[in-house]
Amino acid sequence: MISPEPRVPALEMRGIAKKFGATLALDGVDFSLMAGEVHALLGENGAGKSTLMKILSGALRPDSGEMRLDGRTYHPVDPRVGRRDGISMIYQELTLAPHLTVEENIALGRETHRRGFLRRREVRRRIRETLDFLHHPEIDLDAPVRSLGLGARQIVEISRAIMDRARILVMDEPTSSLTREDMDRLFQVIRKLRSEGVGVVYISHFLEEVQAVADRFTVLRDGRNAGGGALGGTTLDGIIQLMVGRKMEELFPRTSRTRGEVVLEVEGLKGARMTAPVSFVLHRGEILGFAGLVGSGRTETLRTLFGLDPQVEGSVVLAGSSPPSGKPWARIAAGAGLLSEDRQGEGLALTRSLTDNVTLSRFRPYLRHGLLSIRKRRQAAADLIEQLKIKAGSPDQAVLGLSGGNQQKVALARLLHQDAGVLLLDEPTRGIDVASKAQIYEWMDRLTAAGKGLLFVSSYFPELLGVCDRIGVFFRGRLCVVRPVGEWTEERLMAAATTGKA
Amino acid sequence: MKRPTRLQSLINLMAPFLGLLLVIVIFSAMPEVQSRFLRLANLKAVATQSVIVALGALGMTVVVISGGIDLSAASNIAFSSVIAAAAVNAGLPPVTAVLLGILLGGLIGLINGALVTRLKLVPFIITLGMMGIARGLAKWVAHNQKIDAPLTWINELMAKSPHPPWLLLAPGVWLMIILAVVVAVVLRRTVFGRHVFAIGSNEATARLCGVRTDRTKILIYALAGLFCGLAGVMEFSRLTVGDPTVAVGLELDIIAAVVIGGGSLSGGEGSILGSMIGVFIMSLLRNGCTMMGWPNYIQEIIIGVIIVAAVALDRIRHRRAA
Repeated sequence: MISPEPRVPALEMRGIAKKFGATLALDGVDFSLMAGEVHALLGENGAGKSTLMKILSGALRPDSGEMRLDGRTYHPVDPRVGRRDGISMIYQELTLAPHLTVEENIALGRETHRRGFLRRREVRRRIRETLDFLHHPEIDLDAPVRSLGLGARQIVEISRAIMDRARILVMDEPTSSLTREDMDRLFQVIRKLRSEGVGVVYISHFLEEVQAVADRFTVLRDGRNAGGGALGGTTLDGIIQLMVGRKMEELFPRTSRTRGEVVLEVEGLKGARMTAPVSFVLHRGEILGFAGLVGSGRTETLRTLFGLDPQVEGSVVLAGSSPPSGKPWARIAAGAGLLSEDRQGEGLALTRSLTDNVTLSRFRPYLRHGLLSIRKRRQAAADLIEQLKIKAGSPDQAVLGLSGGNQQKVALARLLHQDAGVLLLDEPTRGIDVASKAQIYEWMDRLTAAGKGLLFVSSYFPELLGVCDRIGVFFRGRLCVVRPVGEWTEERLMAAATTGKA
Repeated sequence: MKRPTRLQSLINLMAPFLGLLLVIVIFSAMPEVQSRFLRLANLKAVATQSVIVALGALGMTVVVISGGIDLSAASNIAFSSVIAAAAVNAGLPPVTAVLLGILLGGLIGLINGALVTRLKLVPFIITLGMMGIARGLAKWVAHNQKIDAPLTWINELMAKSPHPPWLLLAPGVWLMIILAVVVAVVLRRTVFGRHVFAIGSNEATARLCGVRTDRTKILIYALAGLFCGLAGVMEFSRLTVGDPTVAVGLELDIIAAVVIGGGSLSGGEGSILGSMIGVFIMSLLRNGCTMMGWPNYIQEIIIGVIIVAAVALDRIRHRRAA
């Protein structure tokens, strides 16, 4: 078939719509991809990116809309059709078998054989060619995958896709757990693929890297196209504005706060997993930020403070008295609440309902003659769901099915429900969408204005500068310096976090 | 992803009953047993036969929901039955014998819980060890033989025709029903119950939320032990002797009942209603097969199939709901 246009897109999706029950996940989305192009697909969690990609792969079927591959109608009924037509997905969680070798992983499911006996030589030759092509000849075919770093594993996964003759490669948050170095190597691979005419759909939250690697972008918001174009002509702030629907400065609200009396006094506190004693004070009505590199002792300090790690020495005075026991239940009784950095592993009981998760740390209001009122507990959870704008079907739904941002809001709702006077927030906005972040900042501001004391651990300097009143920097287990936020800049924070001097 | 309609939630609620209904319908349709199977006398007998497994399953459900397991349940039942028999034999009042059986069963559970929390070993290992220890203790106390005890009112607890007759069911059956309701309410409506679910779903979260996880777990195993103690007393009541070799392998029947009833061995899920239905599915099957004159091995195969099928169906149902 001869096409009238000079260049037919490798992929064209038009007016794609998809409904889940009553919610419209996609509402007439358009998306196109040229051969030899890296196209960034942006948007908050829940904006519809993964639904769109699942439709592309054939894992979901659209309610309406059409798709064309190289101008030909394309209607995948399941992911195998998509794969056969050259569409490969590389997910956040890699799909390699850790105990098998590189060769076994790549060959898995596509072993060439003669009368049932593997023809390894042929396969090995092709894998070597592919790895050479990707400029990674150093990867050992006989190494078990679990011995490889995350970056190398990703290369293995990409090799597998290329050996499937993928023409369209969808990468979902490929860098979220990569080191800087691995990231650069991945970008080289992506550029190489582009030069060979492979179209890459690149999904990421990290806009800086999107700018580094992509040619064009499309932003989805609430299941619709919010904007897009060539990356060259757009600023980061412009993209964020498209994603959130508001300006960057509006992310960090700051109502008038009045600093009250000291609510938490920590003197020479040292926990089993802390390398040095730490001292500081926290007032009512202020946010004290803890900056520092990962592993600099911030999380350990919070955990010791809350009784999750045993305290070895030092003293903690919470709301004027020292808690009777070092265990979490005693710290909760004294008015502290912790939001864990490990949302899925520790922060939430994923298989339990929102109601259970929100109310778990405080049952007393629902007790009568030793029995809990189911109705009141559910109502309390429903109220918090509404206040925090948590997107959930009902308070009885398991937390498991919520998006990351909504899960984190459930964890925050628990602290609100608990009415904690001192909130220990450990990376509360990590890995969640911008809109949820904005809401969490807003609540942090509101709680501070209401006279709570907040400890805020974050590795993202702009948000520390945006929400804190004072910021302390950790360096190798020590809290080096605490200063009012006005005396910090991103550069100074970075300098202090990497040298310990400020 | 769909919002559950009222019909769907009704189906979810009724799902455990469907298996039970299926078993009843199948046997009622068999011409060989049709006339006898659904008769009151037969159902009464089935209920009485279910008491021991059901009591064990009450405690086991709580343990399984908390993410644990109690392999020592059956040995504990044998141990408690021997203790009760020995106490009666020694001339102690029956009330004392009953209490001794229950409390020593509870003590075994308490030790399980203490070891699980102190040694930080998985419950499977601790209770596997206790399975041997309790069985050995039972044989030791009984000098490796049956203890013949004089008949007392204890033996009427499990009588086929209760005294007085207006009770309709044996006192043990009533006790089982009452305790099932109590434990169901405790699980759903008390702080302890919600803590059990939280620990089973994610122990780290429970700790973070101020749940005293160690204390709660000790309580859970002690509770399971108390139920085994009571089941042991019922065993003694039924057999009229204390037999240290009784109930071998019964812990697996108990666990199977919990699992058929929707309990998840990875914790956080399960219900008393489900477990009780699991118990009755198994005893009705046994009863029906026996009436049909089918050999024992057929029953074993059928029950094996039921366990796998019930859990598989349950998972499918959950996947739909998620």
